[in-house]
This record gives sequence, structure tokens and C-alpha cells, in this order.
Amino acid sequence: MEPSVAKLQNNAQPIMEVSGISKRFPGVVALDKVKLKLYPTEILAVIGENGAGKSTLMKILGGIISPDNGSILLNGREAVLVSSAAATRAGIALIHQELNLAENLTVAENVFLGREFRRGGLPGLIDQGRIYRETGKILHRLAAPFSENTLVGQLSIGQRQLVEIARALAINSRILILDEPTSSLSRPETVRLFAVLRELRAAGVSIIYVSHRLGEVEEIADRVLVLRDGCNSGELQAGEINRKQMVKLMVGRDVQQFYHHRNHTTDKVVLEVEGLVTRQGRQKINFKVRAGEIVGLAGLVGSGRTRLARTLFGIDKPNAGAIRIAGKRVTINCPREAVAAGMALVPEDRKLQGLILEMTVEENIVLAAIRQYQIFKLIHRRRKRAAARQMIDRLRIRTPGPDQQTQYLSGGNQQKVVLSKWLCLKPMVLILDEPTRGVDVLAKEEIYRLMEEMTREGIAVLMISSEMQEVLAVADRVLVMHEGGIAGELAGNQLTEESIMSLATGSRA
Amino acid sequence: MKKIAGIFAVLIAVAAVTTLIEPNFLSSNNIRNIARWTGMYGIMTIGMTFVIITGGIDLSVGAIVGLTGTLLPMFLTQSHPPLPVGAAIIILLAISALIGLVHGLLITRLRLQPFVVTLCGLFAYRGLARYISGDATQGFGNGYQGLRYLASGSILSIPAPFILLIIIAILAAIFLNRSIYGLYLRALGNNEQAARYSGINTGRMIIAAYMISAVLAGWAGMLFALDLNSVQPSSMGSFFELYAIAGAVLGGCSLRGGSGSIIGVIIGTAIVRVLYNSINILGIATQLEYTVIGIVLLLGVMADEVIKRFSAARLRVREGLSGRKKTV
Repeated sequence: MEPSVAKLQNNAQPIMEVSGISKRFPGVVALDKVKLKLYPTEILAVIGENGAGKSTLMKILGGIISPDNGSILLNGREAVLVSSAAATRAGIALIHQELNLAENLTVAENVFLGREFRRGGLPGLIDQGRIYRETGKILHRLAAPFSENTLVGQLSIGQRQLVEIARALAINSRILILDEPTSSLSRPETVRLFAVLRELRAAGVSIIYVSHRLGEVEEIADRVLVLRDGCNSGELQAGEINRKQMVKLMVGRDVQQFYHHRNHTTDKVVLEVEGLVTRQGRQKINFKVRAGEIVGLAGLVGSGRTRLARTLFGIDKPNAGAIRIAGKRVTINCPREAVAAGMALVPEDRKLQGLILEMTVEENIVLAAIRQYQIFKLIHRRRKRAAARQMIDRLRIRTPGPDQQTQYLSGGNQQKVVLSKWLCLKPMVLILDEPTRGVDVLAKEEIYRLMEEMTREGIAVLMISSEMQEVLAVADRVLVMHEGGIAGELAGNQLTEESIMSLATGSRA
Repeated sequence: MKKIAGIFAVLIAVAAVTTLIEPNFLSSNNIRNIARWTGMYGIMTIGMTFVIITGGIDLSVGAIVGLTGTLLPMFLTQSHPPLPVGAAIIILLAISALIGLVHGLLITRLRLQPFVVTLCGLFAYRGLARYISGDATQGFGNGYQGLRYLASGSILSIPAPFILLIIIAILAAIFLNRSIYGLYLRALGNNEQAARYSGINTGRMIIAAYMISAVLAGWAGMLFALDLNSVQPSSMGSFFELYAIAGAVLGGCSLRGGSGSIIGVIIGTAIVRVLYNSINILGIATQLEYTVIGIVLLLGVMADEVIKRFSAARLRVREGLSGRKKTV
């Protein structure tokens, strides 16, 4: 973009050189021999699909997790980043997606939290004056529209981001890592952030900018590093940075069909959403799901998919819109009413929202449908047990018995318990939010087969998934979300990884 | 079941040690006395159990005991014309239920913390009892012998309050272990979000728990008054909420919510009562009562935690050995 910067890179030594970084988590290889070079005074964008390994890599650079292999050189010298404190000492500041600030403290107190200037004399006394003076100087440099005395709780998300950046500047960080910094910023706030970043670059700070907003990457990056499935997929130099190139590097992989899906879609519309506006979005959402159909809900993290699911299920209140189930208009104010209307939700966070880990497999299975196994509000224990056993057999839940505590099951089997909880109720609409997250390959296939079985029985399925292969393999039709609205609908031949990605990143007009 | 066997062993141990030193502990009079008090405290503790299972706490229990304990004799002896016995009891149970309803609504609708809401109740109902009675000692005099039989009488030489406790305990156990509401209550106590996402009306269940606690406390308050026949509005029932919490915790309830058994809670209450009784008959300075109860409670909770960790470690070892077969 700016020739002076590009020229500088060619003969300058990298300030940071990462090579051969690998990281395995149980069941997945998050990073596989990844390399990254960062030159002085540049903004390097790191992009990739959900799960490409961006966040893992940044956490390693920030000292939050340790890599299994690989080396990190800072100014040519080997650095071991064993903790975030070590990374901070090495001059690296990582600013998370979720900001870590104490809301009840002032801006200045947050900026110097944990590294306050001490006053002589009594131990533990803080040199308040100096903290506020220094913060004032930094805020002035950032042209922040708030003062060092403001309580952080009163600031907007964009302003809090500036506080985080001020924190990094207060310790003279030479490398600033921003992980999805604009995901909750408005456009004017984004523009202001970019001005600050350019200013910092001019002052000699190197910046790693992680994002999936390709338009913003085009705007701010000097160089782009693309990750795909935990590997380096390619690099774009200034001048080559455009959307098409980026999308190509982000996807372009052989899609292997590991599961063959049969379409059971009928003509009967079961779920009809009209003019729905979620709490976070401004756009109206319209779509239909037919009996026996699996509609995939694709999109990047933060595009509003989970919000839509929560709104349909009555957890979040919509701002406007109507929902019809089997042609009947329904009002849903809480999950209980959603269940009564014939909906079921397999939520995003299985352990927090889907299961009661301390209770038994059987209790979890019958929890939602217990009214079917009662006489005068007393539980009919034989029928309850029979229902649980039937589900354990049908879904092949691997458990020593119905009385096993759910927390001792593997991820895939836990997810099957969540599914069977709803199958007992025979819902009309089943919403699945990342149904195979943290589930091993075998259980994944079983879950897909189960979904097909349900569609054969005429259940309408809406499936949120961040896994491209899964969406392509399982969904009969795909809705792609972007910034809280539906950016487009894909089916049949149009349904490719590239077409989903370009809709998800807002490329297609 | 193991847990209940454990606390039952503690109860037997305390009783055995006391008997060894002072054989009079086992006299039928003394045992009946302990059973009577266990009955009244137990009824109150069962109410507290419901609240603790939701993950909450009810600090107002003692003040409610004070309120109904003060008002029952006043209704019966000081109103003109005297209220019929049935009407007085029903009014007081209704007041208790209303108190529980208000607690529940404040906790579920306004999302206030249970500790704070019921702490405010603790102050408010105590003050109310003192104001209404003018801080004067209340009693039934020589009247209402039939009614007082509920608290001080015996059937087949079993103290009436203990029989009442058994009846209430059976109903509570059925509610908790056999009814769909019991399943809901335990589910929301363990993980309220997951319970709500499963379509359970968690708010209504929480409100019900606070109402059960308040009503049982109100009923226990009336029994205490009938037994004592001399009620000091300023002190009647004070600290009782702490006895109830102690009994529930000794009985195996987790203050994190989600677990608790009625039989355990009754044994827990009995342990506290036996300790109190032992201190008296062994001639230990009664001033030490709270200290002894505090130490026993602490030891009980510590033992429970150690056993839990031990069995969890053992389970991990077992899972590790056969892990390949189990997790696929």
C-alpha cells in the first residue's frame, strides 16, 4: 500500500520470526508447522476461516498457551513465552476478542493495573498522581475522547479497546496483536481505530491484525498471512491484497465427501420466519424451513447465527417480526413457550446450556419430556426408564447404564444425550447450534445419520455450523448470515465453499 | 446412600460417646425430649432444604418462627372475640406463604440475591413481631390444652412433633424424588440455564421453594410456641435459620445447589439436637454450645469433601484402566 513500508521490509530484519509452530488439542491439530514473519512498522493481517488456527496462534504469541513444537525469534533471539507476563516483558501485547478490563475502576487504574508505580515509604501505596499523569499523556497520543478519570464501565466497546491499547503503550510494547478488534465496533469507531493503528505504525509499533472482515483487511493491511486448517495457506504482499485472492487462499481445498446425505424435503412449510429483527441486527430476517428439510445456517463467528437461534427459541427478545409454526402464528417469550410450540434447541454450549452434568443420563434424557411419563405429577419410573433405554439403544449412547452421571460421558455421547432429550418430545422444528463441536469423527457421522433419520420423520431442521464440510455434506439448503442479516441463500449447484465464503464475508453485491 | 450411612454413623457415634460417659442419655425421657425437638427443628430444616437445593438460602426462617410464634398466642388469647383455632392457623400459614411468595418474586423477577432478600426479611419480620406484641411475652396460659398436644403430647409414647415431622418428611421426599417438580428442582439447582433451555419454568419452581420454606418455618414457629407456652418476641427463633442451614449441610445438602436428601437432613438435624443435649447432660458449659456445633459442622463438611475427592480419584483410576472401552 505504502511503498516506503514495503521497501523497508526487504532489507529489514524481522522483529518477530515464528517457525514450525505446532499445537495439538485432544482430537484436533490446531496448528501444523506454521510460520510467520513480522517486520518493524508494518500491519500484518492474519486471516482464515473459523477454526483455521488464527486464535490459537495468537494465544501462543501472547504466552497464554504453549506450542508443542516450533520456535519464536524476537529481534533474532530465541524467546520462550511461557506466560502472558513473559510475553508482556518481551514487548508483546495481545488484545483479546473479549476485553479484560475492570469496569469499576477508572481508565488510569486499568491502564496500570498490576504494574502500578509505587510510592516510597509504606508498602502498597500507589503513586496515584503519576499513574493519572502518564495515562493522560497516552490518551492524548491516542486522541481518546475520554479522560483518565472516567470509569471504564461508562465507556463504549470501541473506547474500551482504546484503553486496552493504552495499556499496551504504557509498557512500551513493540508488537501489538489485535484479535478481531472490530467485531463489535460501529463503522465510525472502526475508522477511528484504524487511524490510531496507522499512527502507532508510524511511531514504530508492529501490529498483527486478526480479522475475518476482508474489506477492513484490504483497508488496513500492509501484508496478509492466510491460514487454512492450521497450516500456512499463502501470503499476499501489498498490491495483491484483494478479496478474490484472499477468499481463494482461505478455502481452496478438496472437499471430501465423507457422508452421503439423502434429501427428505417435503412441500409442507413448518417454520416460517417473517421480518424478524434480532436484538443485535438491523436487518429483517425472512426464511422458511420445510418438513424433512435441513437448512444450514452458515456465516462467520459473530455474524448473528447464534443470536437468531436464541431469538427463535425465546431466550432473547426480538425487536420485530413474526414466527409461524405449521402455519400458526406463535408468540414465544421464553424457552418453555418455544418447547410448547414444537421447537427444540441443541444449544451451542453443551455443558453449560444443554446438559445437567451432575445428573444421570436417564434424568437428562427425560428432563424435557417428563410430563409424558407421569401420573398425577408423580413420575412413572418404569416408563421413564423404558424411554431412557430406548433412546440409549436408538442413538447408541455409550454409557455403562442409564444411571451414569452425564459428566463422565465423552463429548459425542453427551451430545447424543442432548439430542435424545428432544427426541422424546417429538418436536416439529429442531434447531442445532454447532451440533458436532468437540465431537470425534465417528460420533459426528452418527449425529449426521440421526439428523437424516429425523428428517425422514418430517422434522424441520435448522443447523448452525462453522464447519464448511459439514454444511456442504448435510444441509439441503444454506442460508448465509452476514452482520446480523441473511446475505443470501444457496442450494444445489450454487452450494460451494467459495460461494458461502464470499457471501459470509460480504463480498457479493 | 453411602452419604446417609456416613452421617448416620456420626449420629450413632455422638450418641454412643455420650452414653458411655452418662448412661442417662438413653433414658426414655431424654430420647423423647430429643425426638420432640428434632421434630420441630426438622420441619423447619426440610423447608430450608428446598431453598438450598435451588442454590439459594433463606435467612428469614428464624424471624418467621418468631412472627408466627408470637402471633398464634396473640390471635388466640388477645383478639376479641378470640379467633377460632383453625382460622388462626390458616391465617398464619397464609401470611407465611405470602412472605415466601414475596421472597421468590424478588429473587426471580428482580433478580436480587437470595441472601440479601431473606436477610432483609430477617430484620423486618423480627421487628414486626416485636412491634405487634409490644415486646411483651406471649403465651396460652392454661388454655388450649388440646391444641398444645400437637407440640407437647405423644402418641404411643412418640412425641407428636416427631410424628408430624415424619409425615411432612414423607410428603417432601415424594415431592423431591418422585414428582416431576422434584426433578425440575434438582435440575435447576445444578444448572439453571440448562433447565430453562429444556423448557422448565425455573422461576415458578424457585418461588415454590421459598414458599415451602416460609410455610414450614411458620408451622414450626407455631409448634415451638405451643410447646414453650412462653414466647419472647425479641428472641423467639433467633439463630434458628443457622440451625436449619447447619442441619441441611450436615445432612448432605450442597450450598451450591442441586443435591440434598430429606432423610439426610433429618439425621443432620438430629445430630445438632443430640449435640445440644449432650452438652447439657455431660455438664459441659452451655456457653460452649455454639462452639461445639461449629466444630462438628466443620469436621463433617471436611470429611465429606475428603471422601468426595478420594472417590473421584478412585473413579479416575478405574476409568483410566478401562478407558479405552468406555469412551469412544
